Amino acid sequence: MYEFDFGQLSFLIGEIVLAITVGELLLIGVFARKHGASIVRYMSIAVLLIFAFSGFVFNDPGTAFDGAFISDAFSHYVKALIGLSAAAALWFSRDWFKQEGLDQYEYSILMIFAVLGMGIMVSSGNLLTMYIGLEMQALALYVMAAFNRDSLRASEAGLKYFVLGALSSGMLLYGMSLIYGFTGTLSFTEIGAVIGGGDNMSAGIIAGLVFMLAGMAFKISAAPFHMWTPDVYEGAPTPVTGFFAAAPKLAALALITRLITGPFGEMQHSWQQVIIVLAVMSMVVGAFGALTQTNIKRLLAYSSIANMGYALVALAAGGAAGVTGMLIFMSVYLVTIVGVFAAILQMRTREGALEGIADLGGLSKSNLPLSLILTILMFSLAGIPFFVGFFGKWSALAPAFDAGLIWLVVIALLSSVVGAFYYLRVVKVIWFDDQAHEFVKPVRSLAVLSSFAAILLFPVLWLPFVSAPALALIETAAASLF
Amino acid sequence: MIIGLSHYLVVAAILFTIGVFGIFINRKNVIIILMCIELILLAVNINFVAFSTHMGDIAGQVFAMFILTIAAAEAAIGLAILVVYFRNRGNIAVEDIDLMKG
Repeated sequence: MYEFDFGQLSFLIGEIVLAITVGELLLIGVFARKHGASIVRYMSIAVLLIFAFSGFVFNDPGTAFDGAFISDAFSHYVKALIGLSAAAALWFSRDWFKQEGLDQYEYSILMIFAVLGMGIMVSSGNLLTMYIGLEMQALALYVMAAFNRDSLRASEAGLKYFVLGALSSGMLLYGMSLIYGFTGTLSFTEIGAVIGGGDNMSAGIIAGLVFMLAGMAFKISAAPFHMWTPDVYEGAPTPVTGFFAAAPKLAALALITRLITGPFGEMQHSWQQVIIVLAVMSMVVGAFGALTQTNIKRLLAYSSIANMGYALVALAAGGAAGVTGMLIFMSVYLVTIVGVFAAILQMRTREGALEGIADLGGLSKSNLPLSLILTILMFSLAGIPFFVGFFGKWSALAPAFDAGLIWLVVIALLSSVVGAFYYLRVVKVIWFDDQAHEFVKPVRSLAVLSSFAAILLFPVLWLPFVSAPALALIETAAASLF
Repeated sequence: MIIGLSHYLVVAAILFTIGVFGIFINRKNVIIILMCIELILLAVNINFVAFSTHMGDIAGQVFAMFILTIAAAEAAIGLAILVVYFRNRGNIAVEDIDLMKG
């Protein structure tokens, strides 16, 4: 019989802090009429930062609730990235929502609920915890996509996201039911034990695994399950898009990693094929889909599809090396994407926000700092050598090369050459086209965030000093899964 | 004839397929899409309960209760988003949800 011990609650201290404060913040938001939104926002940023570092501060690996909740170095590292990128996304949403007259405290509340769901996802050790975390995150994200409720585009984005998200949860659940039926258990460790050395594989387990991977591929917007991404990115309010592009992607990728290293670790031949197909299609769709886009948010949507492809290439290699590569790549990607969105939120004239690529025309003549920042960010996304993005892509592709998936690496390199074309097109528009608009002076939070990201991606200044400890941290995180 | 595990699984598989196809083939009304989503979730519930009773393991039925709860929350949020969309657009025909493409 399972006995509950209150001591194990220390493993989920970060989630408990989030869950308690979100209730408090809801009350504060209701009763503090005048400055409710600002108070709740700053307190939310603080609690997200506490969540981000809680794993490292109370650094004790272990499991709670009979193995249903896992706390290990991997979950600590991923939660730190999720908490930091969510805090940044909340910070850069402030002025956009004020300028659009949407400054409501509910946004911060939804953000915390989404992060709480992601925390549970990343730590799940059981199909039930995994499903609850995933839905908690997804339900908050549907509402955030439609947060600008007077806008037809935002509500259409919310509707599309909801329908396809619910379909993907359904596929994931069907896969879970097959896994449960054919292994007889919900717990990840016991599923792993039943599958054993791969001798016990029935068609039911393989079908369940494929359904689960398809459901997860929807969440990370890997092709062929990417069709919602461009529409949702374009329709949702820009700060919400910035959040969607960062934390939820990492959380879903971390969950895939946990699945394919834990319960299905012995079935590498089965999942490797699925991951390779997803990776190749995502890279190709992402590279060629972006070529004709005129809206910068749609461009970034296709860019994120392609980037998920690179992360999946690292995972396809399998083993601790693959997970390390994926984590390095995603850390760099998160910094870049937060910086890119902080930069494109500055595209605002007196009439309102702009999101066309052509609106950036001649930016270098009117706003030199922003042009330099965007150029660095685009170079880094394209993977031009000696920007950190290059090292990110390198570490994603190197494990696949070592694992003998050479043709996969070749496809990745070719698609990244095509990808470089559209990133460089943005740079060309900024520096060589005629001036299109004069942007208003950006607010401080956006300027600080985007220049901070650009400095981080310009590695000559700092890389030799921090790369060794950062790599050690990531390698410990990856090793804790095996 | 004895109704065994495989019969339940076949029913659930058929319901699941109807639900998935309903989402993609239906060109009329978003409400029908919401119904198809419920159909998918309930098909999964049949699977869970059938496996659970077949194996004599209660965990699957617990999972089914959680799915029912989350399905209710999901339907509430879906309908709320649909109402917001209807207020902006004036109808809920599926072929009119095409503001953004490409």
